[in-house]
Amino acid sequence: MPEATGAASRIVLETRDVGKQYKLDGVEVNALRGVSIAIRSGEMVSIMGPSGSGKSTLMHIVGLLDRPTTGQVILEGDDISNLSPNQLAELRNRYIGFVFQSFNLLARTSAQANVELPLVYAGVSGADRARRATDALERVGLGNRMGHFSSQLSGGQQQRVAIARALVNNPSIVLADEPTGNLDSRSGIEVMAMLQELNAQGITVVLVTHDDRIARHAERVIRVFDGRVQAEEIVGNRVLAAQELASLPAGEVAG
Amino acid sequence: MNLAESFRIALRALNANKARSILTMLGVVIGVAAVILLVGIGTGVQDEITGQVEGLGSNLLFIVPGQYGGSMGGDQAPPSRRFTIEDSDLLARRVPGVDAVVPVLQAGSTIKRGNRSVRVVVAAANEQGGEVFSGTLEGGRGYRKSEVQAAARVVAIGSTVRETLFPGQDPVGKVVTLEGQRFTVVGYYESMGGGLAGDQDSQVYIPITTAQRVFNLNYINTIVVKATDPARIEVVKADLRRVLTPRYGEEFTVFTQEQTLGLLSDLLGTLTYMLAGIAGISLLVGGIGIMNIMLVSVSERTREIGIRKAVGARTYDILSQFVIEAVGLSVLGGIIGISIGWGGAVLMAKFTPVPTNVTPWAVATAFFFAAGVGVFFGVYPAWKASQLDPIVALRYE
Repeated sequence: MPEATGAASRIVLETRDVGKQYKLDGVEVNALRGVSIAIRSGEMVSIMGPSGSGKSTLMHIVGLLDRPTTGQVILEGDDISNLSPNQLAELRNRYIGFVFQSFNLLARTSAQANVELPLVYAGVSGADRARRATDALERVGLGNRMGHFSSQLSGGQQQRVAIARALVNNPSIVLADEPTGNLDSRSGIEVMAMLQELNAQGITVVLVTHDDRIARHAERVIRVFDGRVQAEEIVGNRVLAAQELASLPAGEVAG
Repeated sequence: MNLAESFRIALRALNANKARSILTMLGVVIGVAAVILLVGIGTGVQDEITGQVEGLGSNLLFIVPGQYGGSMGGDQAPPSRRFTIEDSDLLARRVPGVDAVVPVLQAGSTIKRGNRSVRVVVAAANEQGGEVFSGTLEGGRGYRKSEVQAAARVVAIGSTVRETLFPGQDPVGKVVTLEGQRFTVVGYYESMGGGLAGDQDSQVYIPITTAQRVFNLNYINTIVVKATDPARIEVVKADLRRVLTPRYGEEFTVFTQEQTLGLLSDLLGTLTYMLAGIAGISLLVGGIGIMNIMLVSVSERTREIGIRKAVGARTYDILSQFVIEAVGLSVLGGIIGISIGWGGAVLMAKFTPVPTNVTPWAVATAFFFAAGVGVFFGVYPAWKASQLDPIVALRYE
């Protein structure tokens, strides 16, 4: 993978000296203490750190789920540090696609309806919605599973539905929080291969993980520790999931 | 997100929990059905009694001893002096513009023939009684003036009395026993149906002079006056007062038909509101049931709310989704409740003597009250749902 892509392209999201304090059971927690990172268009970057490092808090801020106590968050050039929860909801809808560890699909709801969900809140009309959801599901190789409920899909398939949901609104960033955490190793590799493929197609992917090996699927790793950025490094020997998949003994291909 | 979308989501959620939705709805169904049925009974009874009183004619005046206030149920002193037949005769002589002045005495008694007997209300009046009592003679005649003057022991009987004492026979000319005295039946009346104002088919009619003698009384209960011209009823009323005041001071009251109706309407209206109130309480309980289930539903679906918020749902989207669910439950319950209540009222009118009347007003009120219950009891759980922090909601297990 070309390492030069990042440097030249424009910054999608940037945090400037972001701090976050909150009270947990009456105890003041200093989760972030001045974090400045930048995510560039088209790159694949990992945010890595052990639990308690502030990694999750940083993810919430990058995912526009939370506001910083101090510092600024710049999205596509605009300062969004002080927006209301409803304004953030609209920005999430437009700019961020989420992939969660536990898939977070709606129960008793078809794959298609799950993928349509962000479009519903974007106010897209019914016919348009169905077409875009179909496209997104075909993109993740689930064109033949659109009517299936979450409970009728394997873990790997559920995560691919979640990826389709994250993609459907053409977001600026796909934010994947431990996307392989609830998957068997083969499904995990498949999901990573898919994220890398999407990134190769030009989609910005932010990977949040505590696992060094998963983090090395990205081009760049931001290491977070004690609420600060400890190190930022370019990944030398990047793990390529597609190659890994090819080297695995031929198993039943899910999907 | 538009409203149609919220409706779709809400319906899907209700459909996903069918048993729970139905049970929740049941509270509203029962409440609304009770409101419709009970108000229907109240209105039906009110209509029937009002109709019966109106059937007596709009030009009647009722004079009773004692002072009555403007409404029923007020403080009433027991009458110090009762009227007599002489008062009635005096009014007949001195008040112009009247068709009839009828002294009335009523008493309960038992009428016998051989080994058959029946409880009756004895309604005694003079020969003009037919002018003020409703009822139509089916056979024979009423008593005459000469029989009133002579205190003759003659009786005209209601249809129930006739059927009991003279099954399949013509009673005219036969003899019955009342208060130990032998009476000759001179006439019998057509059936009027069981009214709530009293079963007129169980009445017997005798001359008032005879009644005073057999019951050993020297007074009468009421004087009923029939004015010739309904438009001049207030003039007649003033004349009646003028004649009676020298004898009774303020110790008597003249009611017009309108006043009597007004009093009855007040009383029955209150009864209807009371019934509606009782039924309303059950609707309230149904509403609390909705709130309870919605609160459970919100905490059960915390994660769903988190997912929706993460992908872009705003406070308003979540709020409207849950309010619509609650309103959907209550409106659907309201519609079913109206059907059941209405059906019940129709069946009741058909198969029981209780009259019912389901008015559009009652249906509309019940419907909007049910919808209101949904909004009122749905808003709090929905608001709770809409205020959830997406981070907390997503982490919720």
